Amino acid sequence: MGVPVLGRLDRARQQAVSVSVATGAYALSFGALSTAAGLDLWQTLALSLLVFSGGSQFAFVGVIGAGGTPALAAATSTFLGLRNGFYGVALAPVLRPWSGARAMWGTQITIDESTAVATAQPASDPAARRAGFWWTGVGVYILWNVITVLGALLGQRVGDPATWGLDAAAAAAFLGLVWPRLANRTALIVAATASAVALALTPFTPAGVPVMVAAVVAVIAGWPTPRRRPGMPTAEAEVAP
Amino acid sequence: MTEYAWTWVAIVGAGVAMWLVKALGHRVPEHALEHPRLTRIAALVTVSLLTALAVLQTLVSGREIVADARIPALAVAAILLWRRAPFIVVVAAAAATAAGLRALGMA
Repeated sequence: MGVPVLGRLDRARQQAVSVSVATGAYALSFGALSTAAGLDLWQTLALSLLVFSGGSQFAFVGVIGAGGTPALAAATSTFLGLRNGFYGVALAPVLRPWSGARAMWGTQITIDESTAVATAQPASDPAARRAGFWWTGVGVYILWNVITVLGALLGQRVGDPATWGLDAAAAAAFLGLVWPRLANRTALIVAATASAVALALTPFTPAGVPVMVAAVVAVIAGWPTPRRRPGMPTAEAEVAP
Repeated sequence: MTEYAWTWVAIVGAGVAMWLVKALGHRVPEHALEHPRLTRIAALVTVSLLTALAVLQTLVSGREIVADARIPALAVAAILLWRRAPFIVVVAAAAATAAGLRALGMA
């Protein structure tokens, strides 16, 4: 609408471009927060290139910034990215068969956004689903990494992060990432409990440990089969656009 | 090894681990990952970790629980999210709120 270049693309590709731009913009805050947490430009860029999962990257630098060990940062990042493991299952019917470089890259760009745009296309149109996946995944990958560098350069000039409210910005970033997933009541209760436990442990445990305990609380809460079916989150439902 | 080197090891390790997690879904037969317990736990872990990170980032300094400018900043962020503001606006407004209150010496 009003953008001539976008107007020439079909629906899946238009969505892919808009989602890429919107998501790429988060990378500015990631880059700034990462260098403010003490990582250098190359480490910050490496996180975006290699990990390439927004929430996990924010968590990694959050743990480092709080004084946690690198090992705990990596563990928290991986735990938070476990949901990416389920996206391949949803995507497999339209993406398979694939192999070689295509499979390697396709795996790397299997994230919230590419899955959301792909699965938002009609199931009867596998070509649109494939286009949605590749255009969103590649679009986000390029913009995410370029804008990460801009954010990191910005963050290096900041000095004391608190003066600029960057500590509050990190909290707001986590809140923004979890917001679309809080619609589910069970998830809300488990998340509140996990947070309370993590907060209670904070004075007594090394940085990074309370966050891992929050993950353990979620595993324990999710283990028993619920008696009443409705309201439990599923991998499909948690794909936030 | 220095802390700096360990951070590099952790970054590469986190990258490899994430790639393997992503690959898992593409490789396994569909029925293996459709177990309701797994999908339930994955969803709950994501929500719990992100919520805990938001709460701790708001209330913790070092190992102490403190109330400062981050609390009003997060309230502003929550209102903006409720009003469906874009992510970057939410983050910038939270930073501006905290920075502004601190500059005024109010928190």
